[in-house]
Amino acid sequence: MIYFNNVSKIYDKDSIALDNINLTVTVGEFVSVVGHSGAGKTTLVKMILAEEAPSQGEVFFESVNVHKIKNESLTKLRRRIGTVFQDFKLLSNKTAYENIAFAMEAVGKAEEDIRKDVPHVLELVDLGKKTFHFPGQMSGGEKQRLAIARAIINQPELIIADEPTGNLDPVNTYEIIQILKKINDLGTTVILTTHNRGVIDSVGKRVITLEKGKIVRDDKNGNYVI
Amino acid sequence: MIKLLRIIKAGFLNFKRSGTVSWASVLIMTITLSVITCIILLQAILNFSLNEIKEKVDIAIYFNVGAPSEEILALRDSLKELPEVDSVTYVSAEEALAIFRQRHEGDYATLAALDEIKENPLGAYLNIKAKQVSQYEGIADFLKSDDVLSSTSGSIIDKVNYFENKIVIDKLNSIISGAKSLGAIITIILIIISLIITLNTIRLAIFISKEEIGVMRLVGASKMTVRGPFLVEGIIYGLVATIITITLFFPITGWFSSGMTDFLGININEYYVSNFLQISVILIISGGLLGTVSSFLAIRKYLNK
Repeated sequence: MIYFNNVSKIYDKDSIALDNINLTVTVGEFVSVVGHSGAGKTTLVKMILAEEAPSQGEVFFESVNVHKIKNESLTKLRRRIGTVFQDFKLLSNKTAYENIAFAMEAVGKAEEDIRKDVPHVLELVDLGKKTFHFPGQMSGGEKQRLAIARAIINQPELIIADEPTGNLDPVNTYEIIQILKKINDLGTTVILTTHNRGVIDSVGKRVITLEKGKIVRDDKNGNYVI
Repeated sequence: MIKLLRIIKAGFLNFKRSGTVSWASVLIMTITLSVITCIILLQAILNFSLNEIKEKVDIAIYFNVGAPSEEILALRDSLKELPEVDSVTYVSAEEALAIFRQRHEGDYATLAALDEIKENPLGAYLNIKAKQVSQYEGIADFLKSDDVLSSTSGSIIDKVNYFENKIVIDKLNSIISGAKSLGAIITIILIIISLIITLNTIRLAIFISKEEIGVMRLVGASKMTVRGPFLVEGIIYGLVATIITITLFFPITGWFSSGMTDFLGININEYYVSNFLQISVILIISGGLLGTVSSFLAIRKYLNK
C-alpha cells in the first residue's frame, strides 16, 4: 500500500532528517516506528501525507506518487487517511462535536449521518461529556482522544498516529491502543510512532527502528529495543 | 446547496467566536467606510460652494438712458440663442431705479440727490449668465463682434462690464477647475490608503488562522470548503461596518450642520438624509466588496499547498 523508494530529506549537510529510506507497508499491516527524538519518525509519516516533500526519492500510496499529483487529487487522497499528531492539530474555534463533524463534512456526508455517528464515536473515546467543549477547555489527553475520534470517523484505509499516547495516562493509553488494534483487525492499515515501550510490547507486531534518519531494524514481531 | 449553507454557517460562527480579531477588522472597515462617506459629503460641499461662486459671476450690459426697449429685448433674444448662455435677465430702467433705491435705503444723501434729479438717471441692463465660467470670454467676444453692434448701431450700449472684471473671472475659473482636480486627487489617494490599511488588517486576521487552514487541508477539506467561511466572514465585516457607519453619520452630520450651515450655505444633515439611500448602497457595495476581496487575497497564500 505504501512504498518509500530511496527517500531522503536533507536540510543541509549537517541536518539530514531521512537518509535513503526504502520501505514497504502492505494493506492491513500494523507498523510501529520507534526511535530517539529527532530520528525522523514524524518526517517519515509526514511524507506519506505530502506535508513534507522529499529531497530525493518517491513516496507511493497505492502506486500513486503522492508528491506528483494535482491538488484536488491530493485532497481526495487525504480523505482516505486518518491522522493523529503530537500537537493534536484541532480547530480551536470549533467544539469537539464540530471538529469531528468537519471531517465528515469534508467528505460530503449528510447531516443525518453526522448527527448519528459523531456522538457515537465521542462515546467510543470517552468524550461523551465534552461534546460541546472547545479544545481550549480540554486537557492534553482529552484533546488527543478527540484527534483520534476525528481520525477514525470516516473509516479510512490508513491511520497515521504520531505519538498518540504521549499525553495519556496508562489506562487511557491502553484503551487507545486497543481501539487502534481493533480498527486494524477490521482491515485498516495502521502506522504508529511512539516512544512507549509498553505500547510496543502489547501490540507485538512489526517494529521499524529509525536512527539518525536511517532504518536500523525491521522486525516482524518486534520488541522495543533502542 | 447544503455545502453553501454549511459554509455560511461556518462563517457566522467564526465571526462570533473570533471575538477581538473580528471587531478589530470591523473597526478598520468602519474607518475606511467613514472616509468614503466624508469624501462624498465633502464633494457635495465643494460642488455647492463652486456653484455659489459661479452664480456670482455674470456679464452685465448697461444701456443708455432712453434706449428703446424693443432693441434691448431683440438683443436679449439673440443672446439666448447662444449655446453657452444659461440665462439672460432683462431689468428695465424703472426696475433698476427701484433696486437702486432699495440698496441705498439708509443713505439719505444719495436718495436726496436722486430726488433732486427728478428723472431716472439709470438705464436698463441685461444680466447674462453662462453655463460655465470659462465661457464668458466667448460671450463677450460675441458682443464685440460686428453682427450685434451693427443692428443696434452701438448707440444703445453704454458699457459691458466683462472686460473690467475679466481678471477676476479668469482667476475664479482657475480656482474652480483647480479645486475640482485637487478634490479628485485627494479622493483617490484617501481611498487607496484606506484600501491598503483594510487589506492588511484582514491579512493579519487571517494569518492568525494560518495553522488551522493547514489542519483543514490535512483532514481533506477542499479549497472551497476552507476558503468559503473566510469570504463569508469578510462580507459580514463589510455589512456590520456599513451599518455602524451609516448609523454614526446621522448624529455626526446633525452636529456638524448645526454649527456650519450658515458658513457653508448647505445643510449637510439634510443632504445626508435626503441622499441616504444612494449613500447606503454605495457603502454596502464598497464594504461587501472590500471585505470579500481582502479575505480572498489574504487566504490565497495559505491555500496553495
